[in-house]
Amino acid sequence: MHPAFSVIFLTTLIGAGQGLFIALFLTESLGLLGMAPTQNGNFLALGTLASLILLGLGLIASFFHLGRPERAWRTATKWRTSWLSREVIVLPAFMGVVFLYGLAHWLNFNPTLLTLPGDRAVLVTVALGMAGTLLAVALFVSTAMIYAAVKFLQEWHSPLTVVNYTVLGAASGFTLATAYAAWSGAQLVHVLASTAIALTLLGLVTRIASLIRNARIKPKSTLQTAIGVKHPRIVQKSQGFMGGSFNTREFFHHKSEGFVRAVKWIFLIAAFAIPTILLAVSLLMTVDPTSVLIAAALIQYLGLVAERWFFFAQANHPQNLYYQSVA
Amino acid sequence: MTQLALVIDLNVCVGCHACVTSCKEWNTSGEAGPLVDLRPYDADPTGTFFNRVQTFEVGEYPNTETVHFPKSCLHCEEPPCVPVCPTGASYKREEDGIVLVDYDKCIGCKYCSWACPYGVREVDAQRRVMTKCTLCVDRIYDQALPEWDRKPACVRACPTNARLFGDVHDPDSEVSTAIRENGGYQLMPEWGTKPANHYLPRHKTRITVREDELERTDNPLRIDSKLPKPDRDEPSLDDVTSW
Repeated sequence: MHPAFSVIFLTTLIGAGQGLFIALFLTESLGLLGMAPTQNGNFLALGTLASLILLGLGLIASFFHLGRPERAWRTATKWRTSWLSREVIVLPAFMGVVFLYGLAHWLNFNPTLLTLPGDRAVLVTVALGMAGTLLAVALFVSTAMIYAAVKFLQEWHSPLTVVNYTVLGAASGFTLATAYAAWSGAQLVHVLASTAIALTLLGLVTRIASLIRNARIKPKSTLQTAIGVKHPRIVQKSQGFMGGSFNTREFFHHKSEGFVRAVKWIFLIAAFAIPTILLAVSLLMTVDPTSVLIAAALIQYLGLVAERWFFFAQANHPQNLYYQSVA
Repeated sequence: MTQLALVIDLNVCVGCHACVTSCKEWNTSGEAGPLVDLRPYDADPTGTFFNRVQTFEVGEYPNTETVHFPKSCLHCEEPPCVPVCPTGASYKREEDGIVLVDYDKCIGCKYCSWACPYGVREVDAQRRVMTKCTLCVDRIYDQALPEWDRKPACVRACPTNARLFGDVHDPDSEVSTAIRENGGYQLMPEWGTKPANHYLPRHKTRITVREDELERTDNPLRIDSKLPKPDRDEPSLDDVTSW
């Protein structure tokens, strides 16, 4: 497939935004449970703003993918059948909850919403945080299912696509949260950095699993089934036109195999190896690790941009069987 | 239920592209808007087409066969491009099974083209919406046309009659008969899309002529062999030569 930067930025930016929100709510929950230092409202509000900015940038990027962005509101109509429609509904819903969560922390508006049996109070921010986390997961699933649901793209048609979108988004969000915690001086670097390392390594395992799976794929369609002639040797002599068409642009990356292979190694190093090392280094540092962690978050994000590029480039669409020869 | 479709006879198609140009001409002139051609006279031309004729070579030289292969939307009975559409712009008509795009609802997200294994949907670069074969829906129901002319433009254009049009759900229709009797098949059956369009396979027409069919065994002049019996490769004449 042709990797479109609109979609690459959409999926990587909102993935990081979702992960960052989950990380922030996790720190609040740990604080309430007494397992980590409690954070003040400003730390969470500012972090939530960063998450909201990432989500907003992703949303803006998505509009560049549309031919008719002014009709984008129509996409909310077919949620019964289309994962794209579901994503379009869940993304603004998630952004709304993230906004309210940040607003509640910024205004220090946190009354008890209700009291559960056993005298356990449910705070407004906790209710919003839980709703936000659920929506973040729903958004990971919706975004990934847009790709995983297309059975013709065998490289994508796997549960691993959903796992990778979720784990890689969460990992980049947690690395970002670690850098943010270090920058704002919160006593959370250890817990966040360890979680980020765990998520990054888990992402490495699941991404390599999908690389191995995709390397072994046997294409379901062949030239024989494409034109219905049962002969072992069929060669296309003409695709029917000499110029370009949508079919020759949209479904192929137009780069050399060496380039695609290079991108694979770049993302394996930049999205997984370097961030893991930098996060581990930050755990051992006695001086302020902020700059190291900011570098880790940036390098991991750029690595995930490369990962997403490769994700699209690797998918081979059966329609390409019909477009192999210009003559 | 009606399912309109094309049946394309690969045994007859000569690859002349008349269906391609006729399709382009009809569909670029209609009220749905033009099928754009960008830079048509420059180095890198591109354009929107609903129908293409491709050419494949089957076999190894010198035992090869050239197959001309017209390809347009197959109007699948289980169209995978329809449920993925987030706006409902892509739909299949209940009444005749034609798969259409509502150009006023389409947002140009291209998702339906990803969900089509046949690559028959094209984004029009100028209108910025997804376009595809309509089976000339603005032609086949046009009461202003004489009834024999109410067929898709590609079918009307084909000089060898390689394209048949009709209801594949009606067992007595011309298309159903052709599919049944000539081994009509669907493209990429492995995906379960159940294309409505069918293709008729190539076949060789051979006549076996036996020795006794070359001679009139009942020719009475032969019995007494009074007339000359020329060689097989020389001209013969009834009632003059002996066979």
